[in-house]
Amino acid sequence: MNNNAWKSFKSGIWQEQIDVCDFIRQNYKPYYGDHSFLQQATSRTKNLLQKFNDLLTEEKNSGGVLEVDVSTVSSITNYETGYLDKENEIIVGLQTSSPLKRGVNPFGGIKMVRSSCEAYGYKLSQKVEDEFLYRTTHNDGVFRVYTEQMLTARHSGVITGLPDAYGRGRIIGDYRRVALYGVDYLIEQKQKDKKEAGQKLMDVDNIRLSEELYQQINFLGKLKSMAEMYGYDISKPATNSKEAVQWLYFAYLAAIKEQNGAAMSLGRVSTFLDIYFERDFLSGAINETGVQEIIDDFVLKLRMARHLRTPDYNELFGGDPMWITESIGGMSQNGTTLVTKSSFRFLNTLYTLGAAPEPNLTVLWSKNLPQPFKNYCAKVSIDTDSIQYENDDLMRPEFCDDYGIACCVSAMKIGKQMQFFGARSNLPKLLLIALNGGRDEVTGKLIASESEVYPDEILDYDKVVKRFWEYQKWLCSLYVNTMNVIHYMHDKYAYEKIQMALHDTFVERFMAFGVAGLSVIADSLSAIKYAKVTAIKNENGIITDFKIDGNFPKFGNDDERVDKIASELLQGFLNELKQTPTYKNAKHTLSVLTITSNVVYGKKTGSTPDGRKKGEAYAPGANPMHNREENGALASLNSVASLPYECCQDGISCTFSITPATLGSDETQQIENLVCILDGYFEKNAHHINVNVIEKSKLIKAFEDPDSYPNITIRVSGYAVNFHKLSREQQLEVINRTFHEKM
Amino acid sequence: MQAIIQGRINAFQTLGTHDGPGIRFVAFMQGCKLRCIYCHNPETWSMDSGKQYCAHEVLQKIIKYKPYFGKDGGVTISGGEPLLQAEFLIELFTLCKAYNIHTAIDTSGSILNDDVVNLLELVNLVLLDIKFTSDEDYMNYAGCSLEKVLDFLKLSDKLNKKVWIRHVIVPNITDSYDNIMNLKKLISPFKCVQKIELLPFKKLCLEKYEQMGLTFKLLETPETSQEKIDELRKLIGSEE
Repeated sequence: MNNNAWKSFKSGIWQEQIDVCDFIRQNYKPYYGDHSFLQQATSRTKNLLQKFNDLLTEEKNSGGVLEVDVSTVSSITNYETGYLDKENEIIVGLQTSSPLKRGVNPFGGIKMVRSSCEAYGYKLSQKVEDEFLYRTTHNDGVFRVYTEQMLTARHSGVITGLPDAYGRGRIIGDYRRVALYGVDYLIEQKQKDKKEAGQKLMDVDNIRLSEELYQQINFLGKLKSMAEMYGYDISKPATNSKEAVQWLYFAYLAAIKEQNGAAMSLGRVSTFLDIYFERDFLSGAINETGVQEIIDDFVLKLRMARHLRTPDYNELFGGDPMWITESIGGMSQNGTTLVTKSSFRFLNTLYTLGAAPEPNLTVLWSKNLPQPFKNYCAKVSIDTDSIQYENDDLMRPEFCDDYGIACCVSAMKIGKQMQFFGARSNLPKLLLIALNGGRDEVTGKLIASESEVYPDEILDYDKVVKRFWEYQKWLCSLYVNTMNVIHYMHDKYAYEKIQMALHDTFVERFMAFGVAGLSVIADSLSAIKYAKVTAIKNENGIITDFKIDGNFPKFGNDDERVDKIASELLQGFLNELKQTPTYKNAKHTLSVLTITSNVVYGKKTGSTPDGRKKGEAYAPGANPMHNREENGALASLNSVASLPYECCQDGISCTFSITPATLGSDETQQIENLVCILDGYFEKNAHHINVNVIEKSKLIKAFEDPDSYPNITIRVSGYAVNFHKLSREQQLEVINRTFHEKM
Repeated sequence: MQAIIQGRINAFQTLGTHDGPGIRFVAFMQGCKLRCIYCHNPETWSMDSGKQYCAHEVLQKIIKYKPYFGKDGGVTISGGEPLLQAEFLIELFTLCKAYNIHTAIDTSGSILNDDVVNLLELVNLVLLDIKFTSDEDYMNYAGCSLEKVLDFLKLSDKLNKKVWIRHVIVPNITDSYDNIMNLKKLISPFKCVQKIELLPFKKLCLEKYEQMGLTFKLLETPETSQEKIDELRKLIGSEE
């Protein structure tokens, strides 16, 4: 039936059932050469880019938001068609009716929409207010059920950033399915699944599944309608590479029209699309310039994606990110590389379109990647500071070879696994609550079960750890229960219809918990264990400061004494989380990741026993604390690498900043050395690294004189960001962070 | 039972990219008898500070970084003066050899004894700092004779060791045309020399001098510009 669309593709099980992974395996062509085949941007692309850059300037001058459509609720077919340059675009489709105009999405919570409109000088229309007057949002649902304990913990900042007022995100639709199969076939399959469900006992789970399937099918229909508005019939499979990109993009576009999730990742599309490009290439239908032009146009569209956020939100997730994460490279299960020419072409967009934070290009690194690809990645990192790396050799055994990264570091099999995003808990704050017998060290308010404030002056390691464990029990149970409420309500009131339609009907679920301030608490416990720490109480008997005598091992120096404390904390925390069952039987997972919340978490936390003062920022993700590293960059990386991935399968984030001269004296050496660093770090079983090769002085200049470097892109915790889109506080934190410099 | 030889080490740098090929694990040995006028590691002068390690302990540290070494990297022993602790380094390098780890020493070449000969036989690469090109300057600015250094170079040549020459360019002292020509002439007879690195004089060490209550005699001397280095490199035809 798909003779034309699938012409010259190798047949396989993918033709009998939805199986994109098998399609890739059967048909992709690994590429072992270097980047010399790559082409530059065409004049068409440059013209479009100019238009886009002008809009970016306008957006910046309008205070960060160009325009808000306050009267249309964002969904798949609610906006008129929009274009950047209708005559010259190759790939079409915008989130709203004009470029960079933001829509309003009240399904997650209308209060947040109201306040984000107001933050940028708009007012949500009466029309939308009326439409939602008798409609329950996800946020309404959550707050109907939140207990007092949950509210108190949330307020104190011991758990923060919970997705209870906006879309949870971190779900990757398998957008490739639309290109390969066309929407009609996907609808047929879902109808079949619904029919089968109908034959089983109608218990709560099955009723819910049946309704979800109804919604999925309904929204697949809307996806087709949306494409029709743009003049495309996507009911059947794509017949050439341009269509494949367009079909895939429509599917992604539908997802970001429907959902405003914190992270709306793309998945793993470059090698999939390469099969189409290769076919057109062989038939003479397209040349290299043409291929790059399509990819450039697609990536330019991705760079135009926007969601409307509140200033509060920006504190946690600074820089207006979308996390359109695209995973590139990696190895197949049978040992051949999944690198294709298109892996290079996607990275090449950082030259053809200039360095930029989105899409969040993520290289899946394996020691067996072809050397020319490794070298090219290193070159791109050095030139653009725009890519991150994750350990394919570590993830592949767990997630096979068709997984993608959601958000920053969360691996999942595409179309087969999803996660319930759970933000993070503040471990140093938990330690302080434990020492203060359940009281918040900042407000003095009781937030957990009351016990005596730590009575002795000098802190004893064993006693402190025992207290910590007790309060950890309290927090973990509260944390899981809170997440259960959130995700039940999200499913009920803001279910991801199109994204879940692009998953198998029976998916495996993770519940992704997180911790912040790992290096702070590890160093704190190390100080208590190896130095002498005296607790200082205020007039109300609350411990608010510490006096430290003597030296102690600090995380980031490849010193087992403290690195082990960090590992044990993670293991202990995950074990404790597992004691409480999750909604929909999701598997408990854990991440060490902060986005930019390390700043705000620090702000909400009193002085800690490691010598960090009240309000000071934490290090991001799993990074060692600033300026505590004494043995150079690799020792610091080894400490991070020592953290156990097996109990942090939602990812361990590390941000590495080094000056060009420290990396090597010329470009060739810098590339070689960076490749060695990545090879070594990942061989030590590390999970993730952001690489910035940049002069600290350049950032200081950019901070002081924003016009001096208007387009500086840097990697922060798990994503890239335009430096100027961070708050002043976040910018300072990035500058103060350890830069590895040669002495 | 033989006593275990201990090495005195001032510090470790796990990411060295300028002390030999590839990525280097660098150990800075404690103790140096020279007093070079531009020395940037005055904390390594004293013979009895630093921390003591046996060769096995240091090897265990190095091994943790082996995955980063790639095909070119390895360990570089700098200082301080490595040759003062040649006996310890013989033990360390014997272990490194067994683990297939590339070794280099960064030395002034100012000491020659039986241990040094044995060490030289073991090491894969010598980074030899020829600090000044005349005996007079050497005496004045470092407190040692140039002859000793050239004897070390001769021995390296005889043993077929790979040698990289390093020379710090200090404004008004070593940045003249004549000085570079002298350097060129000095090393021209030696086939073992693979590379000449001209390094810019920097004042990053000022804080250390202040903390130690020492006077940095080149306080008024400006740092060397990259342009100057590039210009002199052309004269010497060096790779870097």
